[in-house]
Amino acid sequence: MASPVLTDGKTLCYHCGETCLNTKIHSAEKVFCCEGCKMVFQILNQSELCDYYNLNDNPGINQRIRVRKDKFAFLEDEKIQLQLISFQDEKQVHITFYLPQMHCSSCLYLLENLHRLNPGVASSKVNFTRKEADIVFLKDKTSLREVAETLTSIGYEPYISLNDLKEKRPAIDRSMVYQIGVAGFAFGNIMLMSFPEYLGIDASEKGLLNVFRWANFGLAIPVLLYSALPFYISSWKSLKHKFLNIDAPIALAVIITFIRSAFEVISGTGGGYFDSMTGIVFFMLAGRILQDKTYRQLSFERDYTSYFPIAISVLKDSREIPTALPDIKPGNTLLIHNEELIPADGILTRGKAFIDYSFVTGESLPVLKDMGEIVYAGGKQTEGNIEILVVKEVTQSYLTKLWNRDEFKEQEEINTRSFVHLLSRYFTYILLGIAALTAVYWQLNEPARMWPAITSIFIIACPCALFLSNTFTNGNILRILGRNHLYLRNAQTIEDMGRATHIVFDKTGTLTSSRQQDIVYEGHPLSADQLQQVAALADQSNHPLSKALAHHIGRTRHIEFSRFKEFAGKGIEGETEQESIRLGSSAWVTGNTGHHSGTSVFVRFGDEVYGQFRFSNHYREAIPALINDLRKEYRLSVLSGDNTAEQETLQKLLGKNATLLFHQKPEDKLRYINFLQQQGGKVMMIGDGLNDAGALKQSDIGIAVAEQTNNFTPSSDAIIEAKQLSRLNRFIRLCRANRNIVVASFVMSIVYNVIGLFFAVQGNLSPLIAAILMPSSSLSILLLTFGSSSLIARKLKL
Amino acid sequence: MSVIIILMIASISIAALFLVAFLWGVKSGQFEDDFSPSSRILFDDKPAPTKTV
Repeated sequence: MASPVLTDGKTLCYHCGETCLNTKIHSAEKVFCCEGCKMVFQILNQSELCDYYNLNDNPGINQRIRVRKDKFAFLEDEKIQLQLISFQDEKQVHITFYLPQMHCSSCLYLLENLHRLNPGVASSKVNFTRKEADIVFLKDKTSLREVAETLTSIGYEPYISLNDLKEKRPAIDRSMVYQIGVAGFAFGNIMLMSFPEYLGIDASEKGLLNVFRWANFGLAIPVLLYSALPFYISSWKSLKHKFLNIDAPIALAVIITFIRSAFEVISGTGGGYFDSMTGIVFFMLAGRILQDKTYRQLSFERDYTSYFPIAISVLKDSREIPTALPDIKPGNTLLIHNEELIPADGILTRGKAFIDYSFVTGESLPVLKDMGEIVYAGGKQTEGNIEILVVKEVTQSYLTKLWNRDEFKEQEEINTRSFVHLLSRYFTYILLGIAALTAVYWQLNEPARMWPAITSIFIIACPCALFLSNTFTNGNILRILGRNHLYLRNAQTIEDMGRATHIVFDKTGTLTSSRQQDIVYEGHPLSADQLQQVAALADQSNHPLSKALAHHIGRTRHIEFSRFKEFAGKGIEGETEQESIRLGSSAWVTGNTGHHSGTSVFVRFGDEVYGQFRFSNHYREAIPALINDLRKEYRLSVLSGDNTAEQETLQKLLGKNATLLFHQKPEDKLRYINFLQQQGGKVMMIGDGLNDAGALKQSDIGIAVAEQTNNFTPSSDAIIEAKQLSRLNRFIRLCRANRNIVVASFVMSIVYNVIGLFFAVQGNLSPLIAAILMPSSSLSILLLTFGSSSLIARKLKL
Repeated sequence: MSVIIILMIASISIAALFLVAFLWGVKSGQFEDDFSPSSRILFDDKPAPTKTV
């Protein structure tokens, strides 16, 4: 199969599917966009792994930017090795690599056939959801570094960050799934064995009846002791903090129901309420699992360590020594290679730094730094190698210090904020009141009926309906929002979102897109032919400005350059048949070293400077409409690290009442949020870069904007895909509806409770009534919550 | 009467068997990754030689 040729004459790279500039790079009748892609194809072809290309069309990862040869030299360091590997003996080593490039079944096929590329690999198993590969290799045949390099050579560069140096991630807690399994098993069987009792078993079959009762008793024990554990633990925790949460009355109800039923069975007076008890536990666990369903592929807990590399080259006596990041001391000289992150604040001592701070500020256009200037940690060098002299340790640098603030030290978090706990507390007090009155009444009139009556009250009137409506509504709303690419950290976030009074936006990367720039040409007009030449030249370079420029002009035809050269930190030069073209910085193209503001690319044809392409931030589409809607109900602010150049535009966009602050450093942003909170505001912060991380954390609800959910986002309460940002107002409305739905179903559950209590206070709640009331109330509440939340979502067109 | 007891034991044991199967399935991570196993089964152990020179 040859490379596909599109109708417009473009050829797609057989490996990665990108448009090829020409058909010069080919192998075995296939055309590639770059040497890198071709190389991967040849490796796979040699090992007979070309099924990779048959499973999916153009499944590869673009290889235009090759990974530096000795990038993984640090994996030979034994200390680092020990931190990364999960198990080893004399022969084998087990390691799990995170491979973010994984995206299709071809990837799966290739990665699980790794042993054919590197015979030292004993086995490799992929977990696609987590994008991880568990690899076992033989120590005497290959090394950790070689395995990482094999993966890199076929386009799956393992992502190893400083975060991997920390303690191992805890295993996923599946205990609640086990618990619901046990509860479901017991519930089903007890229901079945309660039928004879409800259907009126013949009095002559007394022995059989007893067998059924004791079997139910036995089946209910694991539910009491194991399945209901989460409720005991949670209520115990909250009681320790002198707080009555919703789990406390539930745990009480479960225990009382069991004791009462056990008493009945042992004394031979009745069958007990085992079916109701196990059913409640089962439904409530189901609600809780639905609500706690997490997005495992996303991480809300990222700090700077997930962004930073694990090791970096330190120069010592002009030799490169890979050093683990925590071992870097002030005074060391670091060699930062092209496309590497600067891990510590330092002074630039050699080379021209062209630093992309998009991780930090959301601004994607690189910043030029000259020798002797300070460079801050978190930036990515984009052109050529540089050397920096470290002035601060990694943990002490400007950015990382933000995370080490005392306010952010995790405390044992106990969820006391939800209004559901408040409701359940009133409910519990009223319940205790009714129980006390009933007790007094029967004590005076017929003492024998006092205990049956009291226990019945607790059995029938636990706030499980409230619990169910809350968890199921939350679960459904989380699901609806997730479908719309807004991922919340947990259910509490729904409520917090509905309660926000103040919305704070970051500008760069949030209101504006980091993917797109507005480009305006100023100067001597260019002919269409010249424009095409500029586009063709820019297309040759990987520099973000060139890419943006090429995209902006839109190349329509192919132009051959007889010569092409890229000058790091300066620009690019190409020669066509007629003349030479230069694109690049003012100093390089015009020879004019004077200072000018903003980002521009200058153009020169031959010896004549034509003009410049000015780059400015591009506001996301539909942002004005969103702001217009939000400003009616919320106080809005915009925090920007930039200068005041766009103040007017923004003020027009946000209205007179909005606060606009410029020149904001990360701490300033955090302080501003704090200031709003002290005034009693509930603050929703929406940001994207690491410089917003402090503010996101400080705010009541921090939403991180991501161009792609696979990308890294600062730790936050929610992650939203950039394209969905324009629908934020509707998401907030849905979250607000959450509360109304819960209250409505709570009212409904009160009706059921009153019916149940009517029987209970008289002391004649039969197991049959309990068995009918319990599932019917649960089911109708589930229908109400699911139905109404889905209906509201549909109304909001979500 | 004793027949019912035997039936009861049989039904509970079968249900218990399913419970154990479920717990084992969860524990061995069968519900973790719903993409790879379904694709993996479609790969041939030894793919036909696709080498093109």
